Amino acid sequence: MALYRAHVLVCKGTGCTASGSGAVFDALKKELEHRGLDKEVMLVETGCHGMCEMGPIVVVYPEGAFYCKVTAEDVPEIVEEHLYKGRIVQRLLYTTHDEKMEKIPHYRDIPFYGKQLRIALKNCGYINPDNIEEYIARDGYQALAKALLEMTPEETLLSVKNSGLRGRGGAGFPTGKKWEFARMAPGDKKYIICNADEGDPGAFMDRSVLEGDPHCVVEGMLIGAYVIGADEGYIYCRAEYPLAIKRLKNAIAQAEEMGLIGDNIMGTDFCFHLHIKEGAGAFVCGEETALMASIEGKRGMPKPRPPFPANSGLWGKPTNINNVETWANIPQIVLKGGEWYSSVGTETSKGTKIFALTGKVNNTGLVEVPMGMTIREIIFDIGGGIPNGKKFKAVQLGGPSGGCLPEHLLDTPVDYESINATGAIMGSGGMVVTDEDTCIVDFAKFFLTFVQNESCGKCPFCRIGTKRMLEILERICDGKGRIEDLDLLEELAQKVKDGSLCALGGTAPNPVLTTLKYFRDEYIAHIVDRKCPAKVCTALIHYTIDPEKCIGCTKCARQCPVNAISGEIKKPHLIDQDTCIKCGQCMAVCPVKAISVE
Amino acid sequence: MKVLEKIRSLEDLRRIKEQSKDLTAARSGGKTRIIVGMGTCGIAAGAREVMTVILEELDKKGLKEVAVETTGCIGMCQKEPLVDVIRPGEPRITYGDVGPDDVVRIITEHLVNGRIVEDKVIGQTD
Repeated sequence: MALYRAHVLVCKGTGCTASGSGAVFDALKKELEHRGLDKEVMLVETGCHGMCEMGPIVVVYPEGAFYCKVTAEDVPEIVEEHLYKGRIVQRLLYTTHDEKMEKIPHYRDIPFYGKQLRIALKNCGYINPDNIEEYIARDGYQALAKALLEMTPEETLLSVKNSGLRGRGGAGFPTGKKWEFARMAPGDKKYIICNADEGDPGAFMDRSVLEGDPHCVVEGMLIGAYVIGADEGYIYCRAEYPLAIKRLKNAIAQAEEMGLIGDNIMGTDFCFHLHIKEGAGAFVCGEETALMASIEGKRGMPKPRPPFPANSGLWGKPTNINNVETWANIPQIVLKGGEWYSSVGTETSKGTKIFALTGKVNNTGLVEVPMGMTIREIIFDIGGGIPNGKKFKAVQLGGPSGGCLPEHLLDTPVDYESINATGAIMGSGGMVVTDEDTCIVDFAKFFLTFVQNESCGKCPFCRIGTKRMLEILERICDGKGRIEDLDLLEELAQKVKDGSLCALGGTAPNPVLTTLKYFRDEYIAHIVDRKCPAKVCTALIHYTIDPEKCIGCTKCARQCPVNAISGEIKKPHLIDQDTCIKCGQCMAVCPVKAISVE
Repeated sequence: MKVLEKIRSLEDLRRIKEQSKDLTAARSGGKTRIIVGMGTCGIAAGAREVMTVILEELDKKGLKEVAVETTGCIGMCQKEPLVDVIRPGEPRITYGDVGPDDVVRIITEHLVNGRIVEDKVIGQTD
């Protein structure tokens, strides 16, 4: 094997691919060949580095230089200056968001990474996910070997129990206990399942793990199968994640080729076969009983529990189902011991949690932090705060099932109990940040619209109750709300919670309930004052031109898509309120800021 | 696409891990560094050839824990090609007028045996 003096890692996660990393990769390949450096500089495709905001990301080792927003045009400079002459290309380095605007040359010195602790994401952005040997080079499949060859299933189970790991899909059920139920369940045929049906708006933790380090999920599942005595497994991944599926298929094929999946794994009696089931993308299929129905080829609808999957799951057999992130933690827990894992985190929530940081935050991306870190640290220290000097307003935790927290709860630590106490949930890890320009009623309406669309329709409260709730929210946004609507919303919310079989309906009212709890004033402003404080709800705002400031340049009139603006050249213009659709384009183009919104 | 080997035992896995180590070795810090001056002056004096020989020699000797870096002109153009060697916890040694034959000596003596090749040293910094 040839020796490569430098490694150029190009992120080919979905985020960076969307911002053009494919072209960067091709340009690098061409330029390295052109310069005759292709035999000494290795070009590697990796998964997500987490800092999707700055993509496409290129990291050059051994220096560990972290280049942001790289384009194909930057490539000749990187190759000539850095790889040929050894001069780091300063202008492409990460720059801090504060007034100092410091250039940070090394990956590890970027504040975004400084506060993170990457366990499940250890290999993401560091290895080529399509090369099993790179995974093995980083201790890959060592945990499987340890479990199979040196530990009994009981000892392996004990290690997972001692780790204190809890389900990362959202519910937070202790993983070891769940495994034990499936292990103790009588039956000759058992299954394990990886739930990769990530569907929360703004969440992409599971996708990034699958894309960046598919083998750690496969290895985790192998260990789980060994513990509970399963010989067959499924990864249920939505078809909307084509790259994740491609990488998984490749990972499974490589593991099969090396005999790590199949019969008599590593010379033992342990046999395991793994399949991928592509889901059609129904949100409800993330619910475990609906997910299993979907694998069986039935319509994805939840079933009452008990019986729990541990006793009667897939095709009526004992089944253990865990989320992607949960599986991704398993290899390192087994390798380093449950005690090591439980030394991280809080009393009741051990280890780390991955969050997808999105919305109005500077460093949109993926972060993994120890449990117990405060939400404020995640949003401001790691996320770099709110862009454009705007004011923080709220953060939605746990997607459409979660809750919306205001500023005074930012110091809540991220652990299952503390977050539940606020009315939000840990959920799978979505963290949508909003600023002062977001209307909280509109925001709640967005999430409710989502669950309303995704309700499978089995339970009337979820099917009809969420629809009625949505109608009330729409009414409030249209300026036709009544003050008694707020009580009605709360009453309906409680009934939807109580009257729904699965967590989709059981948590669907959470965004409405938490916004009512923490942002009631904003609802009241919509209803009583007929005003939208964030100036978002079109029925409650109107645009006006200040005749004193207007210079009659006609820009707004030409921009207006509905011809609502009239006026002669060099004379003040006027907006016809009946025609105006409140798109705000006039305000955006006005060169003298004569247009205001109220 | 190369054919992947079957893993039948822990020994197999360990061996493949060992073989695969240099796949990611360049991405972790904390090891011996060789830095080649690759300014215009260095290149003109033959630094490219020196670089090629360094990589060949490291490969031949199986030295995987070495980071090979390049750097720009440091102002001692008349002494190019310049090659620096930094072993963890030891001072940075700068060699001047390094030719392909010197590379073999520097790697054998300095990197492997830990003995500085005195006659080629032109500087030392801590």
